[in-house]
Amino acid sequence: MSDQYEQYEAVVVGAGPGGAAAAAKLADEGIETLVLERGVKAGAKNVSGGLLYAEDSAPYAIDNLYPQIRTEATERPITEYTIQNVAGSTVKEYDLTRLHEHDTRWSDAVLRRKMDSWLAERVHERTRETGGGLLNGIKVNGLLREDGEIVGVTCDEIDPIRAEFIVAADGVNSELARDAGLMNWDEPEQWFQGVKATVEAPNVNDRFDIGPQEGVAHLFSGDLFDGVRGGGFCYTNVDTLSIGAVFHLDSLVESAAEPHELLNALLEHPVCSQWIDDPYREVEYAAKLVPDSKKVAHPDPQSDRLVLVGDAAGQMQAQGPIIKGMNHAVTAGALAGEAFAAAKRRGEPSSAGERYVERLYESGTMAKLRPKRYERLRPIAERERTTEVVDRLLESPIGRFGVRALDATGLLERLYSSPFMSMSIPDTQTPYVTLPTVIAETLGETVSDDTVVDPPSLEQRIGELTYDTDIGNPHIELLDNSVEASGAAVTACPVSASEFGGGCYREETIASNGTTKNVVSLDTQPCIECGTCAVVADTAWEHPSGGRGIEFRQG
Amino acid sequence: MHSIVLTKGVPDFREGQVSFDEDGHLERGKTPTVMNPNDEHALQAALQTKVRHGGRVSVMSMGPPGYGDVLQEAMESVYADDLYLLSDRELAAADTWATAIALSTGIEKLGLPDLVFAGFKTADGETGHTGPQTCWALDIPMITHVTELSVDSDERRVRARRLVEGDVAEVETVEAPLPACIVVDPEFESDYRTAGEQLALKDLRETTAERAVEYDQHLTTWDHSDLNLDPDYIGLDGSPTIVSSVDPIPKPPAEREATMVDPGDEEAMGELFDEMAAFSGGA
Ligand SMILES: Cc1cc2nc3c(=O)[nH]c(=O)nc-3n(C[C@H](O)[C@H](O)[C@H](O)COP(=O)(O)OP(=O)(O)OC[C@H]3O[C@@H](n4cnc5c(N)ncnc54)[C@H](O)[C@@H]3O)c2cc1C
Ligand code: SF4
Repeated sequence: MSDQYEQYEAVVVGAGPGGAAAAAKLADEGIETLVLERGVKAGAKNVSGGLLYAEDSAPYAIDNLYPQIRTEATERPITEYTIQNVAGSTVKEYDLTRLHEHDTRWSDAVLRRKMDSWLAERVHERTRETGGGLLNGIKVNGLLREDGEIVGVTCDEIDPIRAEFIVAADGVNSELARDAGLMNWDEPEQWFQGVKATVEAPNVNDRFDIGPQEGVAHLFSGDLFDGVRGGGFCYTNVDTLSIGAVFHLDSLVESAAEPHELLNALLEHPVCSQWIDDPYREVEYAAKLVPDSKKVAHPDPQSDRLVLVGDAAGQMQAQGPIIKGMNHAVTAGALAGEAFAAAKRRGEPSSAGERYVERLYESGTMAKLRPKRYERLRPIAERERTTEVVDRLLESPIGRFGVRALDATGLLERLYSSPFMSMSIPDTQTPYVTLPTVIAETLGETVSDDTVVDPPSLEQRIGELTYDTDIGNPHIELLDNSVEASGAAVTACPVSASEFGGGCYREETIASNGTTKNVVSLDTQPCIECGTCAVVADTAWEHPSGGRGIEFRQG
Repeated sequence: MHSIVLTKGVPDFREGQVSFDEDGHLERGKTPTVMNPNDEHALQAALQTKVRHGGRVSVMSMGPPGYGDVLQEAMESVYADDLYLLSDRELAAADTWATAIALSTGIEKLGLPDLVFAGFKTADGETGHTGPQTCWALDIPMITHVTELSVDSDERRVRARRLVEGDVAEVETVEAPLPACIVVDPEFESDYRTAGEQLALKDLRETTAERAVEYDQHLTTWDHSDLNLDPDYIGLDGSPTIVSSVDPIPKPPAEREATMVDPGDEEAMGELFDEMAAFSGGA
């Protein structure tokens, strides 16, 4: 039966950086490669902050595979890098350029729609020569199995496809990884939620005092986010700014915080608004889940003919304040392509998965994603008691004295800049909130700014987005509508809010038999496919069919 | 596999700019022309055949030189390889029979293809005859009301699902040897269920985008002498159909009489209401 299915040597699912890298490597090895991307345009589904890194130590960076990318598809090189520790209106800045440049050959700000659609054209040209090619608007909905073994993929729009090698580069909330039983979406503490606004900034060069080939990245931490663990960023693009924040999902849920309001708190704070043009003009509001590789990078991301690369495998590294996902997706994608080519040459195509995983470890990629030091310290550092003691100490006069002393010798800035330290930062209140707040309180100066940033309401933000909605065929189904099971989504969903009826999730009171009950209801029309409710609510969660749903113009 | 699609420009009724001459003939020159909406399905059927079996699609139309735009539109939607326009003053105002004679002559001049596709009725004439009459003139089998199509190029046969008598409820599957003529029903839906087909489609889209810009380089225009047609048998003179009159529904010649009434003039207003009462029905 399945002999009749179309067959390709390799199928790559997803045309983000991971998929593009895998496709380039496979095509260069002369392997017939089919790339399937669910967005009508590549990049239409994708969001990043985004600083794209090329690491010295990595076996592959994107420009090894696509040499023209920096001149044709990225925004600006980032040449200045700071962290702003905030407490109320006082701010203490540390220069982190050294940390940023550590192991960095180059790093450019990017917007995903532009970059991914440029990549997709190159991917198509290269894979077409092998007899494959890239197709947009095709959603892969599962794995094709034969006698229990994974042999291909099934799709919404076209018939099943068999392949000798299947690369799941389908990003966070990978349906293929879930289908293969390699990933689940159960634990909020394993994920971050990133939320972002692209803001008009025609005068970037003047405002930041930079040339066209220079760029600035400011990071923000401290008491900006109502105690929610996370950090903010502001990156310069060609004529826009990417301003956003990345939060620990468990912390967001615990605080029942509204992501869009936290983003607004950053935008409105003078530490950030000083960089924004008056009047404030938002080009796009976006959000997406981000895996925390320290906890979810799969130690053996393969099964039969399937390998997972990039976010699909949880390979997204939060190295302290620095977020590295795209570069690791690129490395993993290229290693996967290399592994399959080697396996084929040896006449053992089925060994590709193991060869890929070997390469992940040998290249040092796995060590970055799951740093040993973090794992060793985690049991102590993340114990509640430890956090409490350290935080109390830091906030005490002794702690403040220590902070002052460390700063006076320049040690504090150096510690912040230490790649070694940043890789072992515990996921607690301490580094995200307490320490930066104490630093700012003790050492900071007051910032003020006249710019009045008046961010659009959530309703306006949704109204500005482009959708091809899934009316009549919702891609998310609420399995348990009780407040206990799914209520967290009302606040955590970036396009929902309590007391707001125009979002995806809302809490409703229903009356029956004289009693009233609060339940959660879902409308997927405004959904931006961020993946949050797949983790924090009880749902049957899928991406919409090809071309359907949100279409990001910036990303 | 070579297919020829017959397409026709029709006045753009949507714009409401249709104009008629004194004899009740459409003044094509003064009316914007678009592709007959039903021909879209014929074009899609031809495209599907090309994607699945390769080969070439030619689009042929009869009409004034301005039909170039229509053919360009056809080229873009079906990724056609070449375009043929039968255009001649002598061919003007032909009815469907004369059109069919001209088209079949054009097709024969081009060489009988494997498949001739025609749309179901045109939006202006609404006779639905041109396709069948052309096939009749070519003396090849014809399948009408086709909603699904598959071609066996080795066996040189075409198999089609068709609506019986144009009735959606009743369908049948029929086969015919090639060459054959397919009249495509508006219910026709092309489908591309394999990656290979989708990739082929994408290739065609890319190569055609460039070609459609300079479509006139792929356009051949023939007049009656190129086709060796006797003017007596074509055009208005050769059209056996006699149209008694045409009701120009879209935009009646505006020769209404208007009487100005001053709303302040009670007597005049009273008369007006009396006059209008006749049209108000009911009370
Ligand atoms: C706010 C925010 C800020 C970030 N900042 C940074 C940063 O500064 N630097 C950095 O390196 N990283 C950053 N990241 C993380 C980074 O965006 C990801 O790690 C990276 O995009 C992962 O790449 P990928 O190729 O694995 O997946 P993706 O880029 O997500 O690509 C997956 C592709 O697969 C497609 N797809 C998904 N499912 C299917 C399916 N079923 N069928 C077909 N196609 C499918 C998608 O449409 C998409 O094109 C940030 C993320 C967020 C949300
Ligand atoms: S409904 Fe779920 S996936 Fe959609 S935007 Fe809200 S949280 Fe994200």
